[in-house]
Amino acid sequence: MSAEVLLDPTGERDPSQRQNAARLPGIARTTIGLLDISKARGDVFLDRLEAKLVASGVEVARFKKPTFTKPAPLDLRQQIAERCDAVIEALAD
Amino acid sequence: MTSIEASPRPELPPDGLVAVVKEDCPTCRLVVPALRRMREAGVPLTVVTQDRPEFPEGVGPVDDRELAISWRLGVEAVPTLYRFEHGVVRSRSVGWNRTEWRDASGIGDLGADLPEARPGCGSRTTEPGMEERLRLRFQPGALRSRRIELGAAEDAVEACYSRGWTDGLPVVPPTPERVLRMLGGTRRDKDEVVAIVPPDLVECTVEKVAINAVMAGCLPEYLPVVLAAVAAACTESFNIHGLLATTMSVGPMIVVNGPIRRRIGMNSGINAMGQGNRANAAIGRALQLVVRNVGGGRPGGVDRATLGQPGKYTFCFAENEEDSPWEPLSVERGIAQGVSAVTLFGADGPHVVVDQLSREPHSLARSMAGAIQGVMHPKLALFFDVFLIVSPEHARVFADAGWTKKQVREAIVEYGKRPAGELQRGAGDCAEGLPAQFVESAKVLPKLRSDGLFIVHAGGKAGLFSAIIGGWGAGSGGSMPITREVET
Repeated sequence: MSAEVLLDPTGERDPSQRQNAARLPGIARTTIGLLDISKARGDVFLDRLEAKLVASGVEVARFKKPTFTKPAPLDLRQQIAERCDAVIEALAD
Repeated sequence: MTSIEASPRPELPPDGLVAVVKEDCPTCRLVVPALRRMREAGVPLTVVTQDRPEFPEGVGPVDDRELAISWRLGVEAVPTLYRFEHGVVRSRSVGWNRTEWRDASGIGDLGADLPEARPGCGSRTTEPGMEERLRLRFQPGALRSRRIELGAAEDAVEACYSRGWTDGLPVVPPTPERVLRMLGGTRRDKDEVVAIVPPDLVECTVEKVAINAVMAGCLPEYLPVVLAAVAAACTESFNIHGLLATTMSVGPMIVVNGPIRRRIGMNSGINAMGQGNRANAAIGRALQLVVRNVGGGRPGGVDRATLGQPGKYTFCFAENEEDSPWEPLSVERGIAQGVSAVTLFGADGPHVVVDQLSREPHSLARSMAGAIQGVMHPKLALFFDVFLIVSPEHARVFADAGWTKKQVREAIVEYGKRPAGELQRGAGDCAEGLPAQFVESAKVLPKLRSDGLFIVHAGGKAGLFSAIIGGWGAGSGGSMPITREVET
């Protein structure tokens, strides 16, 4: 099956690729989530990140996916959205 | 549905006969012996088949499952027998007609065993949705907008959300076929620029309006109304940029007048300003999607409304002209009777006026004048426009007394005047109000701008309730109501 085609409804001033979410203006006084996807030694990497972020005055919240083989469960995603201004995901070992 | 893949277009010989057939058609099956006979007699014949490529056996048919030849020939029914000379169609016989086929082929006893005549069947080019697909396939430049190819596993509705194209509700994915069908709703050229849409000041073509109309859920016959509304919204005096950018709650309201209301099934009766009617809902929404997508006006971006209001999803209804004691709004505003028009107003949400007891017009006018005081703030006056939507039962009170619209308006304006001193800042222990310079020179002050009361007749037949709809700041720095003819 060929992929579906849609016509761009916009003024076509921006690239047609989906854009990244807006970046934070800075990390001061923010809460950054650190998401461990349950790959080996991801926690080691995130521990180091946490130390650096905390030293910069950032509040850090740690999260962990049950397994790296599946997308994060909805409630985990919602917890992150509720608590954090941004999230850093440790993708692989 | 048959998929139409790209392939070279077969050419027809410049001279001779061309028969277009499909096996699914009983008449086409009936004429197979005649086709074979022509082939055996050496008649220069090309048989073009729309469905099973081997049909009819024995005549070497040309495979036209992609309908390239049929589209080019403009076939409407099969079988159709064409006679070409030097690449030009000299004659055409639709269905089976013994006399015509004999004339075309020069075989005097062709089809002797067949009936004199039989009608054919619809060509596959006339199947639902096929017209649009064939135009996209064979007519270069049918649509100009950027094509966005979705991933194979991507849901089209979700893709529209993730690209930021929706107002929060799902939209109909704007496929090229749907957009082409939408463009069938207007005679205007798809590349014609309808308006320069704020806030990004982007040239908006008929095609871009059509795309957003598809997304909003419009039928093609709504498109002329949407085009008129977009053009009206983007005028200097309506000032959609200001309406969008203001921290106030206003958005564009559309009142539709004229014959198009009934042609497209708009609601001017029960729940006229509420949910449930496709044309009302989709037309108002299409205008807002154009502002959002083409103009780039999004909440939190240039749209700075503190609260907003639900009418910013869609706010469009028709006037009940048939039962109105007065001339329609559009006629009052200079459009000829019987001509369709839209009137746009920078509107706040509707506010009900209850009066179940007034049976004479002065009393009812006083109720309405009182209700209008609440627009913006009871102590702010002079600069506002208001739409008064008079329900049939309230209109009857005025009509029974023989009041014209002008009389209604003048009475409401008169009864709405307030002692100037009450409106001054600080009066009544309330800081808000008019600055002293407005108050000192007058004894009484009107609530509204002169000519700032607009009256529309709409609503269900039962209920002694009308509605007032406040506006934004009127005048050159604000937004003026605007009326535009709908080009049908």
